[in-house]
Amino acid sequence: MAAPATLIRARQLSRVYKLGGGDVHALRGIDCDIAEGGYVAVMGASGSGKSTFMNMLGALDTPSGGELTIAGQSLLNRTPDELAAFRNQTVGFVFQQFNLLPRTPAIDNVALPLLYRGMPAAQRRERAAACLEMVGLGDRMDHHPSQLSGGQQQRVAIARALSNEPRILLADEPTGALDSRTSEDVMDIFDQLNASGITLILVTHEAEVGARARRRIVFRDGRIVEDIQ
Amino acid sequence: MNFAAAVSVALNALRVNALRSFLAMLGVIIGVGSVIVMISISQGAKAAVDAQISALGANSLQLRPGSSFRGGVRGGSGSATPLSDEDVEALRETVPYVIAAAGIIQQRGLTAVVDGVNWSTEVAGTHPDYFIVRDWDIVEGRAFTVPELDGAARVAVIGRTVANELFPAGGAIGASLRISGVPLEVAGILAERGQSSWGQDQDDVIFVPATTMRNRLGGLSTAGVRNPVQSIWLGIDRARNMEAATEEITDLMRVRRNIRIGGTDDFAVVNFAEFLRARNETESQLGLLLAATAVISLVVGGIGIMNIMLVSVTERTREIGLRLAIGAKQADIRNQFLIEAVVLCVAGGLVGMACGAIGALVVESMGQFPVSIEPMIAFVAIGAAAGVGILFGFYPAHRASRLNPIDALRYE
Repeated sequence: MAAPATLIRARQLSRVYKLGGGDVHALRGIDCDIAEGGYVAVMGASGSGKSTFMNMLGALDTPSGGELTIAGQSLLNRTPDELAAFRNQTVGFVFQQFNLLPRTPAIDNVALPLLYRGMPAAQRRERAAACLEMVGLGDRMDHHPSQLSGGQQQRVAIARALSNEPRILLADEPTGALDSRTSEDVMDIFDQLNASGITLILVTHEAEVGARARRRIVFRDGRIVEDIQ
Repeated sequence: MNFAAAVSVALNALRVNALRSFLAMLGVIIGVGSVIVMISISQGAKAAVDAQISALGANSLQLRPGSSFRGGVRGGSGSATPLSDEDVEALRETVPYVIAAAGIIQQRGLTAVVDGVNWSTEVAGTHPDYFIVRDWDIVEGRAFTVPELDGAARVAVIGRTVANELFPAGGAIGASLRISGVPLEVAGILAERGQSSWGQDQDDVIFVPATTMRNRLGGLSTAGVRNPVQSIWLGIDRARNMEAATEEITDLMRVRRNIRIGGTDDFAVVNFAEFLRARNETESQLGLLLAATAVISLVVGGIGIMNIMLVSVTERTREIGLRLAIGAKQADIRNQFLIEAVVLCVAGGLVGMACGAIGALVVESMGQFPVSIEPMIAFVAIGAAAGVGILFGFYPAHRASRLNPIDALRYE
């Protein structure tokens, strides 16, 4: 079997924040390649740089130096709107706090990324319904977030991340706000998604979650200190 | 994102916060409503003055004798030598712009009688030109003629009020009425004019030929003037000739009345329309002032919208962060909030328009001011409201669109 293609390529990636008097080096020269179809857990203490790294991969933040190429596109010197288009087409986000729109039905939450792609309403609804089926919420489409349990809300958020058919799924502490049993359910969904070919990168500090990944990258003080395949 | 989708997102956000949306709209409702009431009152005042001007007759002048000035003693108005039919003829023949001229002798408190029904009214003797000068139509029958004038015929043209009082069952034309025992045949009935600007019923009048008035009804006691009249009404051909006509009339009358160069006129040429327009000017300036106050309340309403939009942007920072993260462009976010502000304002404008129209009707029903509600105000209301929405919605919307996605997502 041929080695899978490199999807993410970082070289001497750095990020410096100007804070008050001095500079804060959140990332200090990261070299890292992630292959298409990878299942990566990013770990580390808070302030280690793992969240900054994730933000870079999701094009939410821009590098101060070095190179970052994702799916063949360099993310250096891009305008905010170009980055927005990249996020819309290439990545899906799952957050710790779900970040669903309140008082809005699940299906509309899921269809949100498609809205910004300019897809017609009927098609948006169809695609969103299919994504909710995929996470096992086909019977909860018109429920508002307040009518759903935490685990169900996170599944809606996963369906939303999937609706624009991303190549990369970025999950930031996806089980951080869930109890252990619902965490299992959510992680099972992630396993299935990765098995279907989506590159999965998740930030976690929970060992059981990290254990599911095939590769673990550990950050400390803005550097990668461990990279276990 | 297309426009329809953007509007539906905005409507949804407003619906979710219905009470707050309504409160934010209140300022715009009050602002637009008061602008509309003020415009309606100011338009109504203008329409009332226009009606009064047209009741005077288009391009009419009135000539009347002024005060006498003899041996250092100034007499009261009208104490000078009366005008006469000879003056009327001279003006008609000599002044180029005059197309109609009529002297008039008026007497109040004469009693007209028909079959035992009495009605005390004003009787006026004049020339048939009077109806031309005053633009006063005869709605039934006819005016009296110049031959009837020359022959002091016993004919009358009556106003609507007199017709209603003396002939409640109709059939006035050709019927006979008596004034001071003199029988007169009713030749015509005048169109209804209503109240004059000084509150007098203009339809409570009987017109007869000036000669009939003098010879049969005992007209005017005069001091040495033949065929006297109290005043002369003159119709001028065009509005732009009014000033030139006034000058020519003044010159002619000074010669006819032997006033030396440098002497004071003992007569006056009055342009009532101009007087009314001048008064209307003051009224419409007052209306503008009130409208300006109303615009200030609209601006205050706009500030309310801006305030509520800033609160909304702050409160929904995480939502904005999420939208940016999943691919909203800056323009998408900006448009979303801008549309929310405009929808709020236009909805407020529509409600304000309804409130304003109702308010104007209430003002009208109180009878203090004439009111005119024009369809044009709908455009004013919606235009003003949308303008306020864009003006005051832009800053909050711009601020929302410039948020950094990471900071916005982490916002607590």
